[in-house]
Amino acid sequence: MRRTLRAAPTLLRVGFSEAVAYRVEFLVWLLSTNMPLVMLALWSAVARDGPVGRFTQADFAAYYLAALVVRLMTGAWVVWELNFEIRQGTLAFRMLRPVHPLVAYAAENVAAMPVRLAVSLPVALLALWILGGKHVTHDPLLLALFPVTVFSAWLITYLAMAAVGCLAFWFESATSLFDVWLGLFGIFSGYLVPLELYPRWVNDVSWFLPFRYMLAFPVELVTGGLTRSQALAQLGAQQAFVLLLLGVAAGMWRLGTRRFAAFGG
Amino acid sequence: MVRYLRLLAVQFRASLQTSMQYRIDFLVQGAMSFFWMAWAVVPLLVVYGTRDRVAGWDFDQALVVMGWFLAMKGVLEGAVNPSLASVVEHIRKGTLDLVLLKPADAQFLVSTAKFAPWHVVDVAAGAGVIAWAFSRMGTAPGLARVSSALLLTLCAVAVLYSLWILVVSAAFFVVKVDNLSFLFLSIFDAARWPVSVFTGFWRFLFTVVVPLALMTTFPAEALLGRIRPLAVVAAVAGSLAFVASARVVWLRAIARYTSASS
Repeated sequence: MRRTLRAAPTLLRVGFSEAVAYRVEFLVWLLSTNMPLVMLALWSAVARDGPVGRFTQADFAAYYLAALVVRLMTGAWVVWELNFEIRQGTLAFRMLRPVHPLVAYAAENVAAMPVRLAVSLPVALLALWILGGKHVTHDPLLLALFPVTVFSAWLITYLAMAAVGCLAFWFESATSLFDVWLGLFGIFSGYLVPLELYPRWVNDVSWFLPFRYMLAFPVELVTGGLTRSQALAQLGAQQAFVLLLLGVAAGMWRLGTRRFAAFGG
Repeated sequence: MVRYLRLLAVQFRASLQTSMQYRIDFLVQGAMSFFWMAWAVVPLLVVYGTRDRVAGWDFDQALVVMGWFLAMKGVLEGAVNPSLASVVEHIRKGTLDLVLLKPADAQFLVSTAKFAPWHVVDVAAGAGVIAWAFSRMGTAPGLARVSSALLLTLCAVAVLYSLWILVVSAAFFVVKVDNLSFLFLSIFDAARWPVSVFTGFWRFLFTVVVPLALMTTFPAEALLGRIRPLAVVAAVAGSLAFVASARVVWLRAIARYTSASS
């Protein structure tokens, strides 16, 4: 634990310079998160002649721009990395180091966050400028909680990816399974369509799945869709999912590495 | 010409044989394509749950566009993407030399190098969605409509392929284009909606820069019999120009190629 803490600044520095070194790739990667903008264009067309549910055009804009910011901030790519390194056997090098590989991957992801912030901050400011302050919560407690919820959303994303990536210890490729995860995410997180516009049962089911806490919760919180007590209750659920997935990822890693045999190397 | 057709048959047979080894993939592909089909229709159902018409399209007509999107995605992932992904690998490793040495056109060789035949399921799923839409409307398109839709589909495939050639040509300059292809796939995703949904900047982007309109909206309009003849002519001319410019860019790019290994 102490060793890991001592290594943390270096790990973060390395991750940050990687993100800066591959800045073009990084930018292209960020640009490919354009789904919220497309969905925004679609819903604006739908809401042109009157609001949908409680959503006017401006509400849709606030929702999808907030979703874009959350999505940009919570990106992780550990599932592809893990899948690749397990198959190639290069994971062996990581395991020789005195830092837990899952911590090392996490540090790489966290280190890229300032760069992500540099991209998502203009989006947020643009949203504020266009829409005015009406669509942002005025509650200082909720505003203070927003970064916490976004970071926890990233933790859920990262840990779930790590757990799915660990499946590569057993199966040839874990990435096709991850596609299913992404598909479910698209629907149950409110990424494609705000959850309250779905039939009621989708909304009901979403409370028991991790996806809502990866996107819809921070978005609804910052756009003023939640009261304090609702927000705190959902925060509790979010933290419970973080702990649950931490357990699952750590357990899968432990079981998987037991049967890991690197070839070549 | 005959020689190239024979070559195409050989390359295709090789891909088929490779993929026959992974028969379980067929089932996985089938299951996945049903999953994605349902996934694609969900937002459509939500949108049309609130409105009867969106930007001049009713549910059944939008469903035709969606069917086209699913089919084109199958074409993209089954016939275009795998080959061109392998070129990128060749460029990075320097093994493209071995392709260039062969006595046939390099662009032809690299773009037929690998097929993923199981994606035929996606195309079938797309056709199924289109058939479902027409059975809901209770009509069937006539021969003229079907043939003009097929002509536009041909243009769409040509443009899709040319776009990929342009992406791959970029690999000669920047090498790491797997991200670029990811970006393209994410943009292509917008093709599931009729293009008239978009306004301003997006409309311009999706009709002229990345002609998604041509890939799904135009063929669907042709099949529904609501396309203007002028649009068909423009689409054909535009796609010919696209193919020609992709060819020029490819030739320029390959001239700049210096092997990575030597």
